[in-house]
Amino acid sequence: MIGIDHLTVRYGGTVALDGIGGQIADGEWLGVIGPNGAGKTTLLNAIARLLRYDGAITVCGRRTSGLSRRQLARLIAYVPQRPVLPPDMTVSEYVLLGRTAHIGYLRTETAADRRICADAIDRLDVGGMAERTLRTMSGGELQRVVLARAIAQQAPVLLLDEPTSALDLGRRMDALELIDKVRRERSLTVLSAIHDLTLAGQFADRLLLLAGGRIAARGGPAEVLQDAVLTAHFGPGVQVLTTDTGDIAVISRRAARAISPRSDTRP
Amino acid sequence: MTAAKHIAGPATGQAAGVPADLQSAGTPDLPPHAGGSAGRPPGQHGAPEARVGQIRPGRPIALAGALLVVSVIAGVAIGPAGLSPLQVLDAIATRLPWHPHLAVSSLDSAIVWQIRLPRVMLGALVGSMLAGGGAAYQGIFRNPLADPYLLGVAAGAGLGATIVIVSGGSPALTPPAAFAGAVGGVALTYLLGSRARPGRESPAPGGATGSILLAGIAVAALLTAFQTYLQQQHAQTLAYVYGWILGGLSAASWSEVWLILPYVAVAAIALLAHRRLLDVLRVGETEATSLGVDVDRLRLTVVTAATLGVAAAVAVSGLIGFVGIIVPHAIRLTAGPSYRVLLPVSMIGGAAFLVLADIAARTAQAPAEVPIGVITALVGAPFFLYVLRSRQARQDT
Repeated sequence: MIGIDHLTVRYGGTVALDGIGGQIADGEWLGVIGPNGAGKTTLLNAIARLLRYDGAITVCGRRTSGLSRRQLARLIAYVPQRPVLPPDMTVSEYVLLGRTAHIGYLRTETAADRRICADAIDRLDVGGMAERTLRTMSGGELQRVVLARAIAQQAPVLLLDEPTSALDLGRRMDALELIDKVRRERSLTVLSAIHDLTLAGQFADRLLLLAGGRIAARGGPAEVLQDAVLTAHFGPGVQVLTTDTGDIAVISRRAARAISPRSDTRP
Repeated sequence: MTAAKHIAGPATGQAAGVPADLQSAGTPDLPPHAGGSAGRPPGQHGAPEARVGQIRPGRPIALAGALLVVSVIAGVAIGPAGLSPLQVLDAIATRLPWHPHLAVSSLDSAIVWQIRLPRVMLGALVGSMLAGGGAAYQGIFRNPLADPYLLGVAAGAGLGATIVIVSGGSPALTPPAAFAGAVGGVALTYLLGSRARPGRESPAPGGATGSILLAGIAVAALLTAFQTYLQQQHAQTLAYVYGWILGGLSAASWSEVWLILPYVAVAAIALLAHRRLLDVLRVGETEATSLGVDVDRLRLTVVTAATLGVAAAVAVSGLIGFVGIIVPHAIRLTAGPSYRVLLPVSMIGGAAFLVLADIAARTAQAPAEVPIGVITALVGAPFFLYVLRSRQARQDT
């Protein structure tokens, strides 16, 4: 479980997060949505203790501020929005980095570490690419490799910052399905910042809408993804539709036309 | 050769090469629909099982080690009184513990043991520290232009040595003064540049690196200004100071070797111990932090180790340039970028390179000596450009 209490983050004079609080249950997938600059990435960075903040954050019952980097990395795996991908590194080497917090200081990885990495690589269907260098891989493949590293970290909490923003719609679905499958298999708690409101509603158990560093709405997708809530923060062009199958779709609508036939969503 | 070559074993998919425990771990728990949404190409039977092998730096280390042995024998053999490699080996063998009875003239023995071997050994120690320190700094600052003199080692050593020389101190005081200046220069840089207070993490990982680099430039400029002023005020020692700054191994004796050996050994062991963590740092300080690395502590440890080793090297040899940049990059381009390979091979290769450069320095214009820094640049830079261009050509095809 993740507990957040009076979390405030300031960048110089700007308040990026303004005293937010809340809890995320074990095994839950919380989608963090909100307009640009709302504080989504800041929230993830604060939970991973990658910036200085006021307030308290607990993960699995322990205050993160009292943990060493190793202890923290065993609890939280973080996939940043734009991971650094050394072009000369092979997939194997890259996924092995996920074992850093499990390998003793100044020690080298064991056969068990390598097996865990091989398992993660197989799990994400990049097994045939284990010896390829990252330079040679496509965006969708790289996304899987980054995810494999996070899985090899074997942390109960997975933080994902815009995990699918570089992918086309089909691959976004694939990647999110994969995350969903993995988190169910390993009962991970997932916290993901996500721009695509439709996908956020389809995959997350609950949504947290941030705006201006505060919580504007939270709850199940049907509660948060409502016309009145979204237009207040994303502008009047946002419209929520419900399909016959019960899926919620958030679409953009141009002012001049009634309902656009286009189905792409507003980022 | 890329890093992939150091991963043992066949690439993938060869069931025969996959250990039984891996085979059983992968397949049975896969549900029949596994990978369906993940878009596995149809017609591919079974899971391609990944093999995550060990990084084995054995081959490049063996090659560099062979080069070092050849360089050392050549370094001892070549000189005004030429010796054959066999004479060199015989002369060395007679002093080994089991002491074979070989016919070695006392003159040969004296040339080898009193003149050539200490110089070759000192060159090897200095070369290994300059190249190893350069590789470590390139890793810790994630900057390909980082060299071991980056944080004020050279400027501090130069100032320390100049103070002793112009004040007429005993020549025996020059190495300790240079060492103290070098360590002091880096300490000043680190204190001014690092925003992290003792015992406290810097607020944002990565914030400290840039300011440490900038502080290093400022501190080096300041110390060099003092050094230049002192040098100009004492015209009678100008040539001597200038000669020290250019660097060289002409003053080598066993006492210098024993003097720096402990520092070199400690620095080498400490740097090698952190080679895996330097690989983690290749994904950047923020991601390394989230993977469990205390980046501030890693940086402080590696900089301290590199500073001790490089300061000791500089104290007995002056400021020999180019080794710390050219050797690690040449090795990166040929043996791959993993620090698990790069760090040990740079140390061995740097030792061999400096021994070879010193042969050229003392024979090119014998009996006069060419400054070894001139040789390292003259030979090293074109060789480096050749490696760089051939690597580019390979990547373009």
